[in-house]
Amino acid sequence: MLTRRIIPCLDVKAGRVVKGVQFQGLRDAGDPVALARRYDEEGADELTFLDITASSDKRKTLAELVERVSKELFIPFTVGGGIRTLDDMHAMLDAGADKVSIGTAAVRDPTLISRASARFGAQFLVISLDIKRVGDRWLLTTHGGRTLTDVDALDFAVRMAESGAGELLLNDMAADGTQDGFGIELLQAMSSRVHIPLIASGGAGTCQHFVDAVSQGGADAVLAASVFHFGTLSISQVKSAMASAGIPIRPTHTTPLASGAPA
Amino acid sequence: MIAIVDYGAGNVRSVQKALAFVGADARLTSDPAEILSASRVVFPGQGHFGQSMGQLRQTGLDQVLIDVAQRGTPFLGICLGLQLLFEASDEAPGVAGLGLLKGHCERFAHPRKTPQIGWNQVQVQTPGSCIDPVLSAGDDHFYFVHTFHAVAADPSQVAATADYDGPFTAAVRQGALFAAQFHPEKSGHAGLNLLQSWLREDASC
Repeated sequence: MLTRRIIPCLDVKAGRVVKGVQFQGLRDAGDPVALARRYDEEGADELTFLDITASSDKRKTLAELVERVSKELFIPFTVGGGIRTLDDMHAMLDAGADKVSIGTAAVRDPTLISRASARFGAQFLVISLDIKRVGDRWLLTTHGGRTLTDVDALDFAVRMAESGAGELLLNDMAADGTQDGFGIELLQAMSSRVHIPLIASGGAGTCQHFVDAVSQGGADAVLAASVFHFGTLSISQVKSAMASAGIPIRPTHTTPLASGAPA
Repeated sequence: MIAIVDYGAGNVRSVQKALAFVGADARLTSDPAEILSASRVVFPGQGHFGQSMGQLRQTGLDQVLIDVAQRGTPFLGICLGLQLLFEASDEAPGVAGLGLLKGHCERFAHPRKTPQIGWNQVQVQTPGSCIDPVLSAGDDHFYFVHTFHAVAADPSQVAATADYDGPFTAAVRQGALFAAQFHPEKSGHAGLNLLQSWLREDASC
C-alpha cells in the first residue's frame, strides 16, 4: 500500500543549515549532509532543502550543496528557493536534485510549468503555493506571503496539474507558524479539485496535526520544519501516531546496509 | 565494466552515485560497443515512453539493448527502463517498445492520483530474483514515481507486486533480466541493498 510521507524541511543559507536543529550528539549542527543523514536514519521519507540565501551566487552554492547531498543520501530530496528559470532547474537536476520546488515564478509565468514538465517530467516539479483565505475565496500570495494576488488558488492549482506539475505543496498562510495545525479546510478544498499528490505544509505542532492533515484533509504527504528542528517531535513519534490512527506509513527502522557497502 | 545506458532520459547520475556508494564502478555511456562489452547493464529512465523509444531508435540503442538482454548479460531496468521492455504503452499509442517482454503499460485509472509518488510495500510473486534477499531481510518499502504500470502477458515474469488500490507490477524478471518499477537508487537502505544483491548475483539472478 502506498504510504503517507513525512518530509522534514531544512532552511539553508550559503550552504549551511540555519535554525537550530537539535540532534543529540551531533556536533556540527549546520552541516546539511550530516543533518540529512540523521533525518534519514530517523525515518524521513524525503527531505526538502529551502535556500534562503539572498546573495547573487546563490545558485552556485545551492548546486554545490545538492551535489554533496546526492552523493551520500539515497532518499528523494527537493530543493527550493528562488528557482525561476529552466536553466535554474537544469542546474539542480544536473547537480543531483530529484525535484525542485517552484513558488512565485510559477505564479508570475504560468507557462513555465508546462515548459518545465515537457523538458524534465512531472516527477521533477513541486509547485509551492502560499494561500490566504479572503472572504470565501482562497487567493494566492507571492514573495513568502507578503504580496496578495487576485488569483484563485483552486483554479490555479487545477491549471498547474494540467500543465504537468507532479505535486502541490500547500501552505495556508493563516496556519503557517502557528503550530495550531495544518489548514484542513484548504486541504479539503484542494483534495476535491486536484488529482495529483498534495503535500500539507505550515502549522504543525502536535502528532495529531499530522494525522488530521492526512485523514481529514486528504494530504498525501506532510512537510514540517520547526517541530523537527527544535526537537518538539521526532519523525518516529509522528509515524507511530499515524500508524495508530490507521494511516499507512513506512516503518522507521530499516535494515542496516549489507556488508561491503561503506557505512 | 558496468554500463549505465545514457540516452537522455532524466536523472541517470543518481543511479551511478548509488552504485558507487555500494562499491561498484559504473560508467554512463551511449556507446554501443561499450554497452555490448559490459559485464552488466543498467537501463534507467524517467520521462515519456514515446520520446524515449524515439531516442533509442535514433541512436540504434534499441537493438543494442535487445542484443545485450538476449545474450544473457545481467540487466537491470529501472522505472521507465522497466516499461520500455514491454511491447507498448498507453502513454504512446502506436509506438512499439523493445518487446523483450510480452505485455503493455497502462495508466493508473481515476480515482487513483497520478503520478503515484512515494514509498510502497512490495511483495514477492516469483521467488528467485535479486529482490528476494532484500525482502527476506524485512526491508520491503521502495520509492515509486510513475503514472503508468506494466501488465505482463506472462504472470510468471512478475517478480514482485505492490498495491495502489489494486495490485500492480513492481518488478519483473526473465532469466538475467531484472527490472524494477521503483527507484532502488532512491529507496534508502532497501534500495542500496537491492543494488548490492544484484551486483552479487550471477547471470541467473
